[in-house]
Amino acid sequence: MAVLTLLEAINQALDQKMAEDSRVVVFGEDAGFEGGVFRVTAGLQKKYGEDRVFDTPIAEAAITGSAIGMAINGLIPVAEIQFDGFVFPGYTEIVTHMARYRNRSRGRHGLPIVVRFPVGGGIRALEHHSESIETLLGHIPGLKVVIPSTPYDAKGLLVSAIEDPDPVIFMEPKRIYRSGKQEVPNELYRIPIGKAKVVKEGTDVTVVAWGAIVREVEKAMKLLENDNINVELIDLRSISPIDEETIINSVKKTGRFVVVQEAVKTYGPGAELISLVNEKAFLHLEAAPARVTGFDITVPLAKGENYHFVQPERIAAEIKKVAKF
Amino acid sequence: MLIKNYDPLKKKQLQILDEKGKIVAPDLEPKLDKETLLKMYKTMALGRIADIKALQYQRQGRLLTYPPNKGQEAAQVGAMAALEPQDWLSPAFRELNAMLYRGVKLEQTFLYWYGNEWGNHFDEDVRVLPVNVIIGSQINHAAGLAYASKVLKKNEVAIATIGDGGTSHGEFYEGLNFAAAFNAPLVVVIQNNQWAISTPRAKATKAETLAQKAYAFGIPGIQVDGNDVLAVYAATKEAVDYARKGNGPVLIEAVTYRLGAHTTSDDPTIYRKDEEVKEWEKKDPMIRFKKYLIDKGYWTEEEDQKLEEENTTYVGETFKKVEQTGDAELIDIFKYTYKEMTPQLTEQYEYIKNFLKEQEGK
Repeated sequence: MAVLTLLEAINQALDQKMAEDSRVVVFGEDAGFEGGVFRVTAGLQKKYGEDRVFDTPIAEAAITGSAIGMAINGLIPVAEIQFDGFVFPGYTEIVTHMARYRNRSRGRHGLPIVVRFPVGGGIRALEHHSESIETLLGHIPGLKVVIPSTPYDAKGLLVSAIEDPDPVIFMEPKRIYRSGKQEVPNELYRIPIGKAKVVKEGTDVTVVAWGAIVREVEKAMKLLENDNINVELIDLRSISPIDEETIINSVKKTGRFVVVQEAVKTYGPGAELISLVNEKAFLHLEAAPARVTGFDITVPLAKGENYHFVQPERIAAEIKKVAKF
Repeated sequence: MLIKNYDPLKKKQLQILDEKGKIVAPDLEPKLDKETLLKMYKTMALGRIADIKALQYQRQGRLLTYPPNKGQEAAQVGAMAALEPQDWLSPAFRELNAMLYRGVKLEQTFLYWYGNEWGNHFDEDVRVLPVNVIIGSQINHAAGLAYASKVLKKNEVAIATIGDGGTSHGEFYEGLNFAAAFNAPLVVVIQNNQWAISTPRAKATKAETLAQKAYAFGIPGIQVDGNDVLAVYAATKEAVDYARKGNGPVLIEAVTYRLGAHTTSDDPTIYRKDEEVKEWEKKDPMIRFKKYLIDKGYWTEEEDQKLEEENTTYVGETFKKVEQTGDAELIDIFKYTYKEMTPQLTEQYEYIKNFLKEQEGK
């Protein structure tokens, strides 16, 4: 067992899957020789050669579109998009083909593809480098969408994603790439896609978050230590499919629900999860469900981003409101 | 080497069989055996009749939107005849003859345009991707097929077809550049049928030819008479061999003409003149190919007449079979979204199944 960062855990999962299965190829802009701008794929080209780990031209639709042809013809492509905001030139292939190919061909061509990219803000980056776009992917039938919040989950979820027979969008919370380490088993292990994790059991309020925001909720819980509110924290892990069972069982127990997302508010996963709670646990609710979200604005540049991002204080205030209702 | 002699910047167009059915470049005439030539012709003949009938079915309200192929048979079949069985076709959507030649059954094509995805589920040994409606994207899929072939040392070439309109699309450039950068075995055949729905080729690009776009990728390009099945075959054969040897992609522009509408929803009389269509009808790829086969002693008018009757019956019977399939199975619209249905999909399927059952009881 080694102590790894989230970034190192992803690298280890890629390394071990490439060693185990010669069909796995890793590629993207600068993902080969230099190991990507964040170095997530560092060392892989040296180990597995330029055919299997390679730099692509700057053409995101060619990255996502060629992945489709590769998957049909016997490879397991793990495609990297350099930043969340650069997904869009490749989004056309993800939405119009990748997500639909199994259905379009009535099962003849399933596409075992992973598209991975860093997401979210908090690194004071340029425009198009701080986006939370899970809504735009979770909304698409045919895709699975996951996001880890810990090194342990990152490895286990990525292994599952690579082994999945369908396209999986693997989002990497860049803010916590290197912050915080955790013991990660050396061997391959899997965390099932579509299963949330109860991070902390509680009795008073169910709080759901994912990615880097799980830690912000934990900070909020620290702020609430003297308020006598026993929070049950759930890490969603899988944006699609949603683990309804874990969420609904929790809300039935606590009667109160708060969802926290960094993404802009309108039509976000928070809206979806509150609908779910209303549909399936309405009679158990003791307070109106609430959401803490980014605002319906373009992600601000560095000097304005802190207003937009969900801070522990804002999360704590909302949890308190719902708990005391 | 055709691709050297017909460099697009030399402004030459490869033609072997002229409009009158005469061989104009005897040294370039492909050495195809009788069996292959007849397979090519018979595919085009079936395609022509199926196409005409499909139009009638659509007008009778029995088929949904359909994109006619009439006039483009040689551009499609000439290219497909140059492939080996293991090669891949990444098509656009106006590909009836190409698909038939590569083993897609007419029944499947009709079923697809009848409105059922099962028409896109080809047999395991058919190396043809499903109908692709998003213009230009098939080039990137083919680049991926070709890349996999190269890395896995499969000896397969991927061929993608695209219209003149599609060459304006970013994915045309991205895919060709990607494959060229990796020397992946990709051949792209542009069926330049002169019209992107109502927009003429000259209004969509300043480039004098579409073949010369090859220069941007550092690959060979060649323009051929797309209504001359022998020229299309010869150029594609050389391109496929070249790509298979590891030299990278080739771009072919087959100059042809869409004699019919863009789709059954389109009225071409709004944007083009009858005289233009009549001029191209004289260059019909079927007429010259038939004459060539008759002159060679491989075919007769009697056989042609008989084939037409057989094809007409076959097309009619095939379509009737398709019509009898009716609506899709309810489970099918859910079942293939993922390999395993998610809990959400199972719940939604059960809901609509039971709802419909209750409605039936009312």
